[in-house]
This record gives sequence, structure tokens and C-alpha cells, in this order.
Amino acid sequence: MRNVLPILTVVAVILGLWVMAVVPMNIHLAVDQAQRDGVVVTPETPAARQDVGALALAARNTGVIPATYTLDRPRLPGPQQVVAELWKTTVGTRVTSKQSLVYHGWVTLSATLLGFAIGTGLGIALAVGIVFFRTMDLSVMPWAIASQTIPILALAPMIIVIMGSLGIQGLLPKAIISAYLSFFPVVVGMVKGLRSPDAMQVDLLRTYHANAAQGFWKLRLPASMPYLFASLKIGISAALVGAIVGELPTGARAGFGARMLVGDQYGQPLVTWAALFAAAITAAVLVGLFSALERVSLKRMGMAR
Amino acid sequence: MASSLHLAEKTPGEGPLAAPGAAPPAVIAAGSVDLTFQTGDGPVHALKDVSLDIAKGDFVSFIGPSGCGKTTFLRCIAGLETPTGGTLTVNGMSPEEARRARAYGYVFQAAGLYPWRTIGGNVKLPLEIMGFSKAEQAERVKRVLELVDLAGFERKFPWQLSGGMQQRASIARALAFDADILLMDEPFGALDEIVRDHLNEQLLQLWARTDKTIAFVTHSIPEAVYLSTKIVVMSPRPGRIADVIESTLPKERPLDIRDSAEFIAIAHRVRDGLRAGHSYD
Repeated sequence: MRNVLPILTVVAVILGLWVMAVVPMNIHLAVDQAQRDGVVVTPETPAARQDVGALALAARNTGVIPATYTLDRPRLPGPQQVVAELWKTTVGTRVTSKQSLVYHGWVTLSATLLGFAIGTGLGIALAVGIVFFRTMDLSVMPWAIASQTIPILALAPMIIVIMGSLGIQGLLPKAIISAYLSFFPVVVGMVKGLRSPDAMQVDLLRTYHANAAQGFWKLRLPASMPYLFASLKIGISAALVGAIVGELPTGARAGFGARMLVGDQYGQPLVTWAALFAAAITAAVLVGLFSALERVSLKRMGMAR
Repeated sequence: MASSLHLAEKTPGEGPLAAPGAAPPAVIAAGSVDLTFQTGDGPVHALKDVSLDIAKGDFVSFIGPSGCGKTTFLRCIAGLETPTGGTLTVNGMSPEEARRARAYGYVFQAAGLYPWRTIGGNVKLPLEIMGFSKAEQAERVKRVLELVDLAGFERKFPWQLSGGMQQRASIARALAFDADILLMDEPFGALDEIVRDHLNEQLLQLWARTDKTIAFVTHSIPEAVYLSTKIVVMSPRPGRIADVIESTLPKERPLDIRDSAEFIAIAHRVRDGLRAGHSYD
């Protein structure tokens, strides 16, 4: 409970800044709209209004200020508009509808989870190889690091196009992009974790004449668990970003990424904002799930008090 | 079976019926052991011409300042380091073979219990690795935990125990597979003096009951004199033996033996040996 107050304070500050920013961001649009609706505004011509700063315009047309929060196509929507749009497109729409964010969320989430599973599996396998074989340490690790220096926005269309020309479409290309982003934190975390036992713990196993497999299962793997969970939390959010990025360059018709593009291209900022927030909430829930899993697992293993 | 045992007991030098005066065979025999580490700053002479016999049932302490090679010598016996010269046998085998034969239990400076295993699970670790049956594992864990006075703590995790209890658990772990030799590298160095006294007393009782051969590295003169049948004083640069003192103290040693004139005389000789081998430059 003592964590709630600081969190609420930060949320309140962000919301406050947001609410305050809405008026200057939207005042020109709102004044234009009010004039079309027959309200007398100053200055009278749009051209003249362009020369007036946002705050000055708001000060000269105080009656229009409430309207900045209710525009259909605002530059910056008010928080209540985003919440209403989220509510409308999740609770208020049938899940099977193309308008439903639950439907689009599932499209993105399924690619995320598949990509995360591939990325995590690949990451753990590479980490085991890197820790146990010096050649892999020297040969694989530089490539793993280099892979993350290529902007995913440049790479994603290539992956989609190449896989499309091979006849693979839909879930898998997006999942590959997710895996590409999520395997790296797992590799780095697991390598660190598998190497975390100190010399004394390794020597102890030598005094028992334990073989390498016993060293792995009884010492290195359990010792790496806290590192693995930290990596999984980074990996799952990276996987979600990967899936969304995979939807952007291809004109995908479904998914959070598709919704963001649609909102942008058709001048519906509310749709974009709702998709953004839905994606953020999804990521928060996923990370939260892994945090809970981490707490329960480490507690059961006796590694957390 | 019974007759062979009978015969073995009559063989001179073996078992309790050995002829008086005949030296029992050395469990650990070192002859002119040399060890030089190659480091970035050039070779470091860690051990030079170390010759020593440790007989069955001996409690031998190695004492000396940091860098005198006492831990290195213990690691050589354990087959964790390989001497670059001389001969070293453990139970008549090379240290490497002895390690493969699981001839010794090793107790490190820190308890080094696995935090994800309970106390029972930690003691079970060597038994799992060595392939004891489940029933035998459980039986042995129970027995050695009683031996170190930790019965009832089997299901606790290491962080729930004090430092002294953790170190006792690590001794139980080293005893679990019944090796005849116990190698202990400053096992009580990180504990406070009261706990240390208590554990020293317990260790002596344990040694009396189990008839193990113990090699024990320490920084503490009272600890070395109190515990040992033989005290090996070492000096640094290069690590070598400065003096070997056979203790004349009786096997039964209450804590207040440390106030006796005999104890103080032995401690004095140890201190002299340390001083002679150590130039404070």
C-alpha cells in the first residue's frame, strides 16, 4: 500500500500536464469550429488567428476553451476522450467486430507470444552454447550484439517481404520480428546468470567429481533463474514492440499497429491514441504477469524472502 | 569377511592393533612439493619443497600469514591445483585420482550453501551427484545433520540460519558421503570468537567420534593449538614449511585447556615459528 501514493502522485502530475496541454494544442481548431457554428470570435479571420499564439488566442476567446476538450479530430485529445474511445472499442464493441480493440489486441498478442516463445527458446539455447563452448562465445556473441544495432524499422519490411515471397504470411513473419527483438535480452541475461556461480561453488562440484551436466542442472541453471526472470520481463515488452512494428510497414489490416496507421491516415487521432494506450496496457499486464511469476517462483525456490 | 577383517587388524601399521612404535602409513604423503603459478607479472613461487606425512586419524593444522601457501597446499591435496614438482599422494593415489574416487570432503571458507536448496537439500547435493539411492540419501542427511547438531533444520533455507549454523551445515555436507579425509580451509574464519569456540569444541567431538583424518587451515594460533595433533607452521615467499609441531596435549580437550602451561608453551612455539619465517618488510 505504501507504494500507491508515489505512483498516484506521478500519474496525477502526468494527467495534469496533459489536461493543461490540451487547451493550447487545440485552441485554433476549436475557434475555427466555433466560428463555423456561428459564435463570434476574435480575431475574425483564420489567417489573422494564425498569427496569434495559442495562449493569447485562448485568453481572447475564453468561451471556446471547453470546446477544446470535445473536438472530433483534436490535435491532442483529452484524457477523457481517450478513455471513452478505449471503453467504446473494448467493452462497447462486439469482440468479433473489426472495430474492436480486443480483436486487434489478440492479433498482436498472438504474434507477440509466439515470437516471445521462439526468442526465449533461442536465447536460452544460445546462452547455454556460449557458456559451455568457447568457440560459440567468440563466434556468436558479436553477431548477437551486431543484430541489435540494425534498426528494426529497416529490417521489418525486409523480413515481411522475404517471408511473403516464400509464401509465409500472417502470424509467423510478425512473430519472427518479435523473436528478433526478444532473444537478445534473454541471451545476455542467461549468459550472465549461467556464469554467476562463484569459483568456490564451482570448486565444490569439482571436489564431488561432478560432470558438466550435473554442474548445469544442479548449479548453473538454478543460479541463473533471477537473471532469466529479469530478461523475460524485458523480452516480453520487446516482443510486443516487435509485433506492432511488424504490422506497420505492410499495411496489415489487423493488430494494434494497423489501428495506429488507420488512425493516422484517416485523420482519426482518437483511434491512434486508443491503440497506443491499449498496447501500453497490454505490455504492462504482460510484464506484471512475469513479475508475479518471478515472485512466486523465486519464493518457492527459497531465493526470495 | 570377518576373517579378512581379523587379518587386516593384525597387519602391522594398520588399525588400532598396530604394533607400538610402528608408524601408521601416511594417508597424505608429500615429498618436496613445488608449485609455481605463471602469472602476468611473472612466475609466483607458491610452494617450495613442502614435505609432510599425515597419518590416518591425524588432525593437522596449517598456520601462517597470508600468501604462505597453506590454502594452495590444501587445494593440491584436493586435486584442485596441480603441483609443478615433487610427489603427492592421497590414500596412495595421485590427488586427481583421489578426487575422482571422492576420497575427501572439502569445507570452504564460506559455507557456500546453494540458496535455492534447503539445508537438507544442500547436504543431499553430493549424494545426488554420487548416485546414492533416495532412501540412503534421506538416511544419511538425517544422520549427518544430527552429527552437527542441526536436526530439525532440514527444511529450512540457508538464509533462515545464522552464519555458524550455515557453516555446520556445510560440514555436514562434507561428511555426508563418508570420505575418510576432511579438508577444511579456514572454515570458521568469518565467524565471531564465541561461535568459533563452540564450533571448535564440536569439531573435536566430531573428529573423536568419526575417526577422520583432518587437514585444517587457519589464521588463529589458539585454534590451531586447541584442535591439532600436529601443527604445520608455514612462511611466505616462497610458501614453505617453517616448523612442524607434534602436540603433546591429550586427546580429550576441554576449552579451559587453553589456560594450561602446556597449551601456552605450544602456542609460544607456534608464534616463534611464525615470527622466524616472516620478515616484516
